[in-house]
Amino acid sequence: MSLLIYAESADGKFKKVAFELASYAKKVAESLGTTVTAVTVNAGNVSELSKYGVDKVLKVSNDKLNNFNAKAFADVVEQAAQKEGAKVILLSSTTDSLYMAPLVAVGLDAGFASNVVGLPLSTSPFQVKRNAFSNKAFNITEINTDVKVLSLAKNSYGLVESNAAAVEEDFAPSLNDADFNVKVESVEKTTGKVTIADADVVVSGGRGLKGPENWGILEDLAGVLGAATACSKPVSDLGWRPHSEHVGQTGKPVAANLYVAVGISGAIQHIAGINSSKVKVVINTDADAPFFKVADYGIVGDALEILPRLTQKLKEFKTQNA
Amino acid sequence: MKILVCISHVPDTTSKINFVNGDTEFDTNGVQYVINPNDEFGLTRAIWFQEQQGANVTVVNVGGADAEATLRKALAIGANEAIRVNATPTDGFFVAKQLAEVAKSGGYDLIICGRESLDYNGGMVPGMLASLLDYNFVNSCAEITINGTSAKAAREIDGGKETISAALPLVIGGQKGLVEEKDLRIPNMRGIMTARTKVLTVLEPVAANINTKAVKFEKPAPKSAVKLFAADDLDGLINALHNEAKVI
Repeated sequence: MSLLIYAESADGKFKKVAFELASYAKKVAESLGTTVTAVTVNAGNVSELSKYGVDKVLKVSNDKLNNFNAKAFADVVEQAAQKEGAKVILLSSTTDSLYMAPLVAVGLDAGFASNVVGLPLSTSPFQVKRNAFSNKAFNITEINTDVKVLSLAKNSYGLVESNAAAVEEDFAPSLNDADFNVKVESVEKTTGKVTIADADVVVSGGRGLKGPENWGILEDLAGVLGAATACSKPVSDLGWRPHSEHVGQTGKPVAANLYVAVGISGAIQHIAGINSSKVKVVINTDADAPFFKVADYGIVGDALEILPRLTQKLKEFKTQNA
Repeated sequence: MKILVCISHVPDTTSKINFVNGDTEFDTNGVQYVINPNDEFGLTRAIWFQEQQGANVTVVNVGGADAEATLRKALAIGANEAIRVNATPTDGFFVAKQLAEVAKSGGYDLIICGRESLDYNGGMVPGMLASLLDYNFVNSCAEITINGTSAKAAREIDGGKETISAALPLVIGGQKGLVEEKDLRIPNMRGIMTARTKVLTVLEPVAANINTKAVKFEKPAPKSAVKLFAADDLDGLINALHNEAKVI
């Protein structure tokens, strides 16, 4: 028996979530008395995974897998799980991994728990805690099948180094034409910016910024923090920012280490989307804005006046602490 | 073209979330139920296909009799008929299995689900359904057009967008973008009256494994009060973020 993770990469480089997943897997494997195997697809330097406790890496190299394809990637993970006799398969909570996870679960007759936020509460029966009700509650889920699939919520475990010497092995799963029936015609990537999905820090703006012409001061703050920018629903509805930046129950979820909400009052649907973030800072003119009830730190004041000063002060802070 | 829209009956997004019976059950007291918002985008898109391309739209829910009000709302919005699988939805696989049975007997070209329901947030039903049917599948689908027997779709990816083509039959996990929020349909009086006469079929469930079980619920620990800084004390905020919260 082993424990398998799919270590997600993009352009040959592992995503941070892959290292978080490996860290988590190492701890789960210890409690199960087993080892961690990772399967990688067209990744470069796989030895990086050993730093986070991976014992064995199955390396898949196949040009047909340069673009993510859920069915084909699910096939890769299923065949790797079968080869290793893995009883627990761990995936991240990226858009791609969540796309393929249910396919893997059906393929392996496995129970699937998504949005898992901590180590298993028990391994017999196998119980995990997961986010539910749009982060307004947790749900303890029991998985009753022999093989189990879990997806780990982002930033819910963190990175834990534990050196292992990973054995590397080439792996060539059999793929068939039907795996590629869904064809990727083109990919448009936002370049040069931190994406909400990858960001540890997110700076988000609402109607308090008064208009799209003021977005520059939010981007300046994001720049100095190395943050992604996001927005509230009214802002995307007004067309100031694209829908892809809308954070909330029907938009993107954000599980950042630091979430800075500027000029956002804090509708319940918005809060639900960011509740998994660790530290929340709110800047708003209205001292009674509901966002202050869930924030860790706050400033009552005008964003247009505060943001440029905050950006400048952070620049100075970064220079002093470089 | 025949379209099946899978509808989850979920608490309104503003609902207070509480639990009863030793935190083993969701407290439905005073909770207003609605069409799952992700499904609502899909339903409106299906009605658009009905109006523009002559599609027939069936809505389906796996749930108890209380879900019929939600199905009637979908009929009032414009769906042609409704199906309720008479079972308490236990886990995502169970629901997917029931939907697969309905889909197989209906011969649908396009099956639209929401990418996740806003109660259990499992996000697994659309993919499991596609897998059980061996249909093509596009998740996080934010645009779709149909031309004959093929579909063009766009899917949100982390940091961008992908354009995809696939042959029908197709399952999508849909979301905002399938239609704009301002274009969401609300039932008018004529629709409400017509919905009363539309067919709502009740089917009994098929046997399915229960792979996962929700054994208990917890609410997040109460938060300590916000620490406020004066607008001219930005150093105080930066200091707190660096030394206390350790996030910068």
